[in-house]
Amino acid sequence: MSTSISTVTTPARRKRGSRTPQGVAPKAQRESPFARVSAMIVMGVFTLYFLVPIWWLLVAATKDRSQFNTTNPLWFADFSLFTNIGNLIAYRDGVYLKWMLNSALYAGLGAAIGTIIAGMCGYALAKYNFPGRELIFNVVLGGVLVPATALALPLFLIFSQISLTNTFWSVFLPSLVSPFGVYLARIYASASVPDELIEAARLDGAGEVRTFFTVSVRMMVPALITVFLFQFVAIWNNFFLPLIMLRDETLFSVTLGLYAWNSQVNQIPVLRDYVLIGALLSIIPLIIIFLLLQRFWQNGLSAGSVK
Amino acid sequence: MRIKKRAAAVALLTAATVALTGCAAGSTTSAGADCAPATGKVDLTFTTWIPGMEDVAKVRNEKNPDVQVKVQTGPNGNGGTYQNFFNQLKAGNAPDLGQIEYDALPNFRVQDGLTDLAACKGVLEAKSDFVDWTWGQVNFGEDKSVYAIPQDAGPMAMFYRADLFEANNIAIPTTWDEFAVAAEKVRATGGYITNFSQSDINQFAGFVWQAGGSWFKNDGENWTVDLTSPESVKVAAYWQDLIDRDLVSTNPPWTDEWNNAYNSGSDWTWNSAAWGANSIASGAPDTAGKWSVALSPQWAAGDKAAGNWGGSSTAVFKGSKHPYEAAQFALWLNTSDEALTMLNKSANLYPAAKSGLELPALKAGVEFYGNQPIYDVFSEASDQVSPDFIWGPTMTQVYNDTSDGFKGAVTGSGTLTDALTSAQKSTISALEAQSIPVNK
Repeated sequence: MSTSISTVTTPARRKRGSRTPQGVAPKAQRESPFARVSAMIVMGVFTLYFLVPIWWLLVAATKDRSQFNTTNPLWFADFSLFTNIGNLIAYRDGVYLKWMLNSALYAGLGAAIGTIIAGMCGYALAKYNFPGRELIFNVVLGGVLVPATALALPLFLIFSQISLTNTFWSVFLPSLVSPFGVYLARIYASASVPDELIEAARLDGAGEVRTFFTVSVRMMVPALITVFLFQFVAIWNNFFLPLIMLRDETLFSVTLGLYAWNSQVNQIPVLRDYVLIGALLSIIPLIIIFLLLQRFWQNGLSAGSVK
Repeated sequence: MRIKKRAAAVALLTAATVALTGCAAGSTTSAGADCAPATGKVDLTFTTWIPGMEDVAKVRNEKNPDVQVKVQTGPNGNGGTYQNFFNQLKAGNAPDLGQIEYDALPNFRVQDGLTDLAACKGVLEAKSDFVDWTWGQVNFGEDKSVYAIPQDAGPMAMFYRADLFEANNIAIPTTWDEFAVAAEKVRATGGYITNFSQSDINQFAGFVWQAGGSWFKNDGENWTVDLTSPESVKVAAYWQDLIDRDLVSTNPPWTDEWNNAYNSGSDWTWNSAAWGANSIASGAPDTAGKWSVALSPQWAAGDKAAGNWGGSSTAVFKGSKHPYEAAQFALWLNTSDEALTMLNKSANLYPAAKSGLELPALKAGVEFYGNQPIYDVFSEASDQVSPDFIWGPTMTQVYNDTSDGFKGAVTGSGTLTDALTSAQKSTISALEAQSIPVNK
């Protein structure tokens, strides 16, 4: 969550920086070497803290089972990563691939539609004056405060009423909702979409929907990408909702599937290997989407700052 | 770390729902009176975490086109599936059949989530098909009721490193006194005689079970909590002594350290259940062929008693529209050689049915154990398990509280007996908090 919040504030800060000509840079250089070194050390420690478990996972995934316990946990032994991946994919007719596909659907489609909805809501709240606007916004803000985990059980009971539990929709529909996305889109739209521009579009004869999709969305791109990323990661890592909703193995998300395997390790020890390799593979899509979208996000940033 | 967080979240939700459903306890309507076969085609759902169950169901579905069983899955019981069952019972969409371990059955019984199958054809008669004590686990001592069909069991015996005992000229202990003496000799060679499970309390419960104790009693009205029974305290004192003298290792089971201690030959025995044969084989691959299995050490020479660790049943939930067909499926699943062979192969289940103990797969020698037919030992142990051990309705809480105390005891703060005393108190409060009648 902290990453997304920091990305929120960055665009605004950078924008201001680009407007003030050269005022900030020399001041920064005057920092004492001590402050610099200590900052580097603190960051270095945190980097290690976050990367060592991933390194461990990567190393563990390349080992075969007999070497797993007997060799140095942080360094490679015989390299059998591809055999391991092959075994994982072959296990139970490739159910793991099915889970990855499910997660991609829940997270990809869910985040895409969720972002459009959040963007439209936020834009409407920022740019239209209507009675109850602040009330709606405050309710949405309240929604940010309620953790998704707390909603899982009530959602289950509601979905039970309409016989939708244990379906694709039971996980997909709740994933579309992102109060935080609405909040972010509103703040960003009011700061970056000038009223004059919307006015101009209206004068040129564009309808409200067309204005939104052709003019405003382009200026909101950095915020929308942030919402998408945040939502994608949140859905991909969401575990509790699938746990409560789903019974059918072919609908599982990858997090739930791996958890289910992990809970059976006592009885079926071979699952331990699959959990490790599966966990490693399951973070790859997150890394890819971050790297790809980050670049796009920077492009969008400069586009948004031109007035 | 992620898993831990999730476990905590599950626990939190468990607590919340337990509080919500607590008031439902006590109402005991019995649907046992009507259990008639349906006319026409019947679809059943069965939620289980046992891998390979769908293949077993497929075999039966092909033979009985009129009754189609659909298998659903999830994490193991305490990993979230039990909580899901309670949620589903509340929402009225529980599956027809569910996998429930013996130690969780009383919880479902108290919450009135189980269908009494006694009226269903063939169920009461099936009693003689199962190892005696397993039937006691599913009827809670009520002769006219059956709340689930036993599936598998975990009779306990002693896995030991035959090669090390022989090389060091130490006799295989047959009593716990001999075990303690052997422990000193093993320690003198630098190893530990065994591992004491500080985190999985079921091993300790198995020891108490073997000693003739029981942790709970139910007279039909009130529960009695008996974590500090004389048998329980005797077992605790015995292991505390070994821990104090640094004669047993205390690595938490199923961790890397635990595997490593066995793989490197530092731990020599493991007091565990039939299904544990695979845990050792997979955790300690370098020691293949060097292990054997013997009956558990006894409290008095010449005794014949065994404990039990684990085991589960197939239950039919309240609200199932087809208890008859569900019961017939559960009987077939847990007594037919065909199903039991498949389950043993896919999930190492050790059957609760008497006939299951004679399966060819359970008569053969096992390579990892020097081709010893180890399941003969477990079959003998299975006969020696007391039918008197009773689980309580809040076992998750009991395990958590006890293991908190045990973790302290192995690091030197408090003793195992202290842990039992404090768990005794917290268990009584937990029962009271759920309005379950309990004797103080």
